[in-house]
Amino acid sequence: MTAPGDAVAPLVEMRDMSVSFGGVHAVKDVTIDLFPGEVLGLVGGNGAGKSTLIKTLSGAQAADSGQIFVEGEPVEIHTPIDAKKWGIETIYQTLALADNIDAPGNMFLGRELTSGIGNLDDSAMEDATRKIMGRLNPKFENFKVPVSSLSGGQRQSVAIARAVHFNARILIMDEPTAALGPAETDQVRGLIRQLKEEGIGIILISHDIHDVFDLADRISVMLQGRLVGTVPKHDVTMDEVLAMIIIGKMPEELTQTELADLHG
Amino acid sequence: MDAIAWSGMVCTFGNREQMAVTEDKTTTSEGALAPQHAQASPYPGGVRGLISRAVTSLEIDTRMFGMIIGLVVIWVGFHIWTGGTFLTPRNLWFLTVQTAIVAIMATGMVLIIVTRNIDLSVGSMLGFIGMFMALMQAEWLPSIFGFDQWYTWIIVLIAGLILGAIIGLIQGAVVAYAGVPSFIVTLGGLLVWRGLSWVMAHGRTIAPMDVTFQLLGGGARGTVGGPISWSIAIVASLAIVLLLISRRRNRLKFGFRVRPFWADLALMVLGPALVIVAVWFLNQYYMPEAVAQQFAQENGLEVPPGGLEIPFGLANPVLIALGTAIVMTFIATRRRFGRYVYSIGGNPEAAQLSGIRTKRLIMLTFMVMGILVGLAAAVQIARLNSATAGLGTLQELSVIAAAVIGGTSLTGGVGTVFGAVLGALFMQSLQSGMVLVGIETAMQDVVIGVVLVAAVVADVAYRRRQAA
Repeated sequence: MTAPGDAVAPLVEMRDMSVSFGGVHAVKDVTIDLFPGEVLGLVGGNGAGKSTLIKTLSGAQAADSGQIFVEGEPVEIHTPIDAKKWGIETIYQTLALADNIDAPGNMFLGRELTSGIGNLDDSAMEDATRKIMGRLNPKFENFKVPVSSLSGGQRQSVAIARAVHFNARILIMDEPTAALGPAETDQVRGLIRQLKEEGIGIILISHDIHDVFDLADRISVMLQGRLVGTVPKHDVTMDEVLAMIIIGKMPEELTQTELADLHG
Repeated sequence: MDAIAWSGMVCTFGNREQMAVTEDKTTTSEGALAPQHAQASPYPGGVRGLISRAVTSLEIDTRMFGMIIGLVVIWVGFHIWTGGTFLTPRNLWFLTVQTAIVAIMATGMVLIIVTRNIDLSVGSMLGFIGMFMALMQAEWLPSIFGFDQWYTWIIVLIAGLILGAIIGLIQGAVVAYAGVPSFIVTLGGLLVWRGLSWVMAHGRTIAPMDVTFQLLGGGARGTVGGPISWSIAIVASLAIVLLLISRRRNRLKFGFRVRPFWADLALMVLGPALVIVAVWFLNQYYMPEAVAQQFAQENGLEVPPGGLEIPFGLANPVLIALGTAIVMTFIATRRRFGRYVYSIGGNPEAAQLSGIRTKRLIMLTFMVMGILVGLAAAVQIARLNSATAGLGTLQELSVIAAAVIGGTSLTGGVGTVFGAVLGALFMQSLQSGMVLVGIETAMQDVVIGVVLVAAVVADVAYRRRQAA
């Protein structure tokens, strides 16, 4: 892993991002960065602006101001296609699957393989899906049925396969374990560690502080649309991060009484 | 911790050794992300078991299968009830022609409904475009070029299709970009196009149509005759066989599971057989003596002593409808456009996040609908040889009903072009059967209304059972 502070450019930097909805600042002047092989935990309470911030990176939400850099180069991201062009893939909390379409159809949605004259090449897409699933989830067999008839875990593996298949360099995972059981959650944790070793940068949104402490290298905390701060995981305690989430104060500003009150 | 499956996946990024290590462990892994319960064989025994096994092996959509059974039941039922006049070449020939207009429009309505929209304006649009095309060939063009030019029908038809595309684009743009529900936009359209078609001709009936244009509507001359009908049957049969072979070979190339060989073989026999029987049957509808005599004279045929038996052959509207259905099926299943239409119906947000320009796509579905209405309008006025102010009134209901009976779900995402065509045939069979038995018009509406609702009730129950 490349440590922040080294001379290399971050994989992604989002600088002074702001988004507002009808006068309400959902995101206000937030700056975060992400290095290759790093997991950045992005935490905060409901409505803190995590998802909105991340949507500006995945192209699902236009930012009012701010600039995004990929490997030091300023880039324009207006649509999901733009984001994918820069190797930014997103696994949404809702999974974003078209329920009436089969797994290969979902894997390649928007990026279909076609024959020379533009006809869908369903066999080639099924073949590619079988190959990736053979490694990812060998028991996956239902390639020709709508994903609505798959189990939660299977659906999740389709969403993850879609993000990983297209050589992502930057992976955004929005609450990847929220809808999963303990065993499935463990699988996703294992996956995150593996991807990290491959040098992929991961932004992990979660409101499960244990998840974040387990996986993240650094933790960025948001409160009411603003960035409270970004701290290396090894320099803070779980309580200190909780204080950042709830009170919005950095560990060094925190008084003993405030820390004690967290558990009151 | 079961990272086995996941770690294997990371091999996509080039970590081969890991895969070798993890692979042999997968057998012991529970695979929590893949709780794929091995399904016990779902086949019951006996004759029912045999049928259900055949249906599964042939990969026939069971819902579609049910509809075909339903169609056969009402055909046979009416045949018995009418004392043997329903399943005659003459009646079925007329049935195909009457189905054509609704079928053409229903193929487009499927795409609209699949995206969770509706088009209530198609009946009025048909009236408006029909009136426009009628005036064009009966008044505007003749005043410039004179009557009955060979090219009149081409200009009129193309103009009608373009007008349909424009109307569809306007309505689609308001739905997609202004965010007005399609129900409202097309309800407005229903009033606007009906009103404008009255205004355009001041309520007059416009007739007659250009002689060549009339051929689009079928009628005594608007058919392709016996030999061409047979040629079409042979070409269609070959196409079915080739399609099945190429699909099988393609799947084998990738090492996918294919149907059992006997099942593919059965389809290669059944499909063409169905086509050939249909054409053979319809070809037994012969021209009336007088028409046949004239036909013989024009073509220099000798009249044998037993009289002439010249088949009409398939009617032009039927061929137009079949061609439309094939093209629309191709668009819906083999092209990106169709894939995107279905993805929007399944999950509009997911479609958008996948980078699909959903608004533009929805607008285009309305444009396609408009073009198909233009085509249907051409067939309709050619068939009637006139255009009236009331042309197409209430047609939107037949079209929507055909799509819905054909399995299109109003909640979006589900529906097939072929199903909609079958739905149109089903509706028309019911209607024409009731006319034959002499049920009064008011009662016909009651029956069709009940059947429509019953079909949807059955459909909902079927899907619920499937989901469970």
